[in-house]
Amino acid sequence: MKISRDEIEKMAHLARLDIDDQQKESLSEQLSHILDYIDKLKDVDVEGVTPASGAAFMNNVLREDHLKVSPGPEVTLANAPERDEDFYTVPRVVK
Amino acid sequence: MDLHSLTIAKAKEFLAQGKISSRELTTAMLDRIDQYDEKIGAFLTVDRDAAMAQAKAADEQIAAGNQGSFTGIPIALKDLLCTKGIKTTCGSKILDNFVPQYDATVVAKLKQENAVLIGKTNLDEFAMGSSTENSSFKVTRNPWNYEYVPGGSSGGSAAAVAAQFCSGALGTDTGGSIRQPASHCGVVGLKPTYGRVSRFGLVSYASSLDQIGPITRDVTDAAMMMNLICGNDPMDSTSAKKDVPDFTQALTQFETHSLKGMKAGIPREYLGMEGIHPEVAAMFDQAKKVLAGLGVEIVDISLPHTEYVVAAYYIIAPCEASSNLARFDGVKYGFRDKSTEDLIDMYKKTKSKGFGPEVQRRIIIGTYALSAGYYDAYYGRASQVRTLIMEDFSKAFEQCDLILSPVAPTPAFKIGENTDDPLTMYLSDVFTLSANMAGVPGISVPAGFSSSGLPMGIQMMASRFDEISLLRAGFGFERALDLKTKFPAL
Repeated sequence: MKISRDEIEKMAHLARLDIDDQQKESLSEQLSHILDYIDKLKDVDVEGVTPASGAAFMNNVLREDHLKVSPGPEVTLANAPERDEDFYTVPRVVK
Repeated sequence: MDLHSLTIAKAKEFLAQGKISSRELTTAMLDRIDQYDEKIGAFLTVDRDAAMAQAKAADEQIAAGNQGSFTGIPIALKDLLCTKGIKTTCGSKILDNFVPQYDATVVAKLKQENAVLIGKTNLDEFAMGSSTENSSFKVTRNPWNYEYVPGGSSGGSAAAVAAQFCSGALGTDTGGSIRQPASHCGVVGLKPTYGRVSRFGLVSYASSLDQIGPITRDVTDAAMMMNLICGNDPMDSTSAKKDVPDFTQALTQFETHSLKGMKAGIPREYLGMEGIHPEVAAMFDQAKKVLAGLGVEIVDISLPHTEYVVAAYYIIAPCEASSNLARFDGVKYGFRDKSTEDLIDMYKKTKSKGFGPEVQRRIIIGTYALSAGYYDAYYGRASQVRTLIMEDFSKAFEQCDLILSPVAPTPAFKIGENTDDPLTMYLSDVFTLSANMAGVPGISVPAGFSSSGLPMGIQMMASRFDEISLLRAGFGFERALDLKTKFPAL
């Protein structure tokens, strides 16, 4: 299946990636090639098969609801690329 | 005595007897890193002073009679495992300044037993790759021949163990990332059962497939590291509430019973598979004979959905990755592009400048496969095929204790040889992906060398939570084969 450059652009936007025309071209080609290979999954009879949700084979994992001390803003914000005191900052959203 | 050549078991013994100190052992490793790692590129971070301080503390503990199970043993960590106060980059520019505020559970366990954390090792960015060429920072080279890749994604850890820069290392394995580099570097790598080891503090790539495991010089050391890292952890709800056996008992079991009574299945779908290098095929034949000589009965089995494993994996893993990696958006940690005043634009520029091409490729594949209109055809179908793959394994293990295969279809390839074609790279993972898809454990044990002197390994898989069988058979195999050369001359 051919993945068009427009589709690549749409996916890149959904994934919040900024890709240039050259990348669109190469990704369109590579993805088409990869998805052609993946199309072989259509040959498998999956009628009535429950999809695997993982490899853990567990049901709900519950724990007691205990109060714990939070690490606090100094720890939590230690890696913030930009902050204003105890807040993360981002470019203005409401204009 | 060359201190760098000691296994974990030997180092522990000599430390206990006072024959060596951890300071001497750690110094020997650090000096070796100084001397050779410029050429190999196994490490991203080595903190000499911190390592020596831990070694000194370990020596004091031993002197006081408080030796723990890893006291004073230098261990390297894949740079995908969070280390409090030590940079953890995941091999990505997007995290090149990230300093975790907490330790991964496996790291906390190592610290609790007073291991010396000697450094953080290189990897394919976010563990996506099979060659350690996809790191944002450097290419790691195979210690056996610098023109070749060490495998990946835990290529830095495998190269560090093979080059004897550390006593042992931890890697992570999502589709073969422990076993394949171990095979290419001539060391032992074990991917435990899904849920055996806590993933807390492991930066997620594909959460339903990721597992942490040891890369070591021999099987005995792998068993010792398994004793340390396994067990339920309240911080990871997918970690199993299962008793953890003493894995070193596998070695005693071999001593008493050899491998008599064990059955090893060879999937008929693996035989005659296209693209298997003749030297790998010859090595595998030889390995079967060695195991048969130890009393293993070789049986014919079938894993009918083998043909679909790579396709299903390369939907499921990128889908999970596209979700997991959404968090790197320049807000809470890591790199932020500050050239724009628009929020969406900031996200986009941050991600595109921060992630390398393979990571972006997998994010796009995952986004595509999860998007409206395609979900059922791709992710839904791949998850159903995964169920069938799991059932194949359950049925196979009714007939055998182990499943045998090569680890990789070819010996290590040359640096730069495969990077242009992602699909070829994906197809080379055919033998290792199944264990992650089915959640079963797998071990890679050195099994010989190609004519150009590159190591090749065999893989054994066992049913869920039966790592003991892998270690027992691996130990027997290693002993019987008794390779003359175990480590490269650097």
